Amino acid sequence: MYDDGVSVPLTLLGLLERESSHGYDLKRDYDTYFGRGRPLPFGQVYATLGRLARDGKVVISEVGPGVGPDRKRYVITEVGATEVDSWLTTPVEPEPHQQTVLFAKVVLAMMLGRPAEEYLDLQRGAHLQRMRELTEVKRTGDLVDALLADHGLFHLEADLRWIELTAARLDALAKSVRP
Amino acid sequence: MSSNGRGTVEARDLVLSFGATPALRGASLAAAAGEIVAVMGPSGSGKSTLLHCLAGILVPTSGEVWFDGRRVDTMPEARRSGLRRDHFGFVFQFGQLVPELTAEENVALPLLLAGVRRPAALTRVRGWFSRLGLDGLEQRRSGELSGGQAQRVALARALVTKPQVVFADEPTGSLDSLAGEQVMDLLVAAAREQGTTVILVTHEPRVAAYADREVIVRDGRSTVPATVATSS
Repeated sequence: MYDDGVSVPLTLLGLLERESSHGYDLKRDYDTYFGRGRPLPFGQVYATLGRLARDGKVVISEVGPGVGPDRKRYVITEVGATEVDSWLTTPVEPEPHQQTVLFAKVVLAMMLGRPAEEYLDLQRGAHLQRMRELTEVKRTGDLVDALLADHGLFHLEADLRWIELTAARLDALAKSVRP
Repeated sequence: MSSNGRGTVEARDLVLSFGATPALRGASLAAAAGEIVAVMGPSGSGKSTLLHCLAGILVPTSGEVWFDGRRVDTMPEARRSGLRRDHFGFVFQFGQLVPELTAEENVALPLLLAGVRRPAALTRVRGWFSRLGLDGLEQRRSGELSGGQAQRVALARALVTKPQVVFADEPTGSLDSLAGEQVMDLLVAAAREQGTTVILVTHEPRVAAYADREVIVRDGRSTVPATVATSS
């Protein structure tokens, strides 16, 4: 699965723009929508909220009786809301992935006179196996699961197109990388 | 998998040329009963020809085709035709509905050809309309259906006789991603429920990912990819 490096601080800020919240509730919502099997540790939630407060992006609106960090209710500030808006409206950097491991393997295999086509066949099999797993997630999961699985499926499909094209160009590639 | 084990299909070392152009040069494929197998490969690789041979539409020059222990390629055309009518279902890239018939009549066609009386055939057909999300479209003709709806009608027509094998040749090729996904979800769900074997020709990895496994056809030859542990 591709990891686009979900920003925990920005995602928590986004959740706080929806409504002010306690740390516990933020963690629960994050895990439900964005964690996907990788729950956010409580320590990271509170450390992040602490940094956001220090930077003026959230404020603590109330501290209930008793002890413990869950007594604090966090509210997004104008600075925080501006940052969320800026993040949402700025396109993600398109990553061309021009130096992938697979690319390096193919070129090296050709340089060494090894069977690059077999490597590509193996990689195709591995990609399709992962695509089957994600398709099953889609078929059995909820819409949020399906959305995330689709993201992975389209990326894997792009890799497979590259694999097919490269397989068709191996003869030409061999001439260009071998002295 | 089908509990009675019916629905196995196998092609052994098929060779077939169209004039001077070789289409198959030793292609093989075996599917167990209830298995969904994707046949993948570039355009012109021979994957559709392999499907047509497995379904008894084309006869290979050499090699063998088997269905449930019966040799198909040596059968006379009349028996192969009966096999297709009674045991196989077909879905093609463009639904190939009969434009003069309503959607309901299109789905009923295989039943009528098999000798089922019209009222009984139409009763059986109606269950498929609700199952495939086609309620209310029974009386429309193919020109009045969207691409996705027409393909779901074609799917119902392929499944209505409860065939042992469904041959699907690029069944989502003319559809957008969402409509294609709906067709595949429905095809796979119905096949699993009925224990139907599916031979699925596609060049789209996202469609092939619905299958249990894939067979790659390249230059008329088939390869079954090895399963490996992934590494970086």
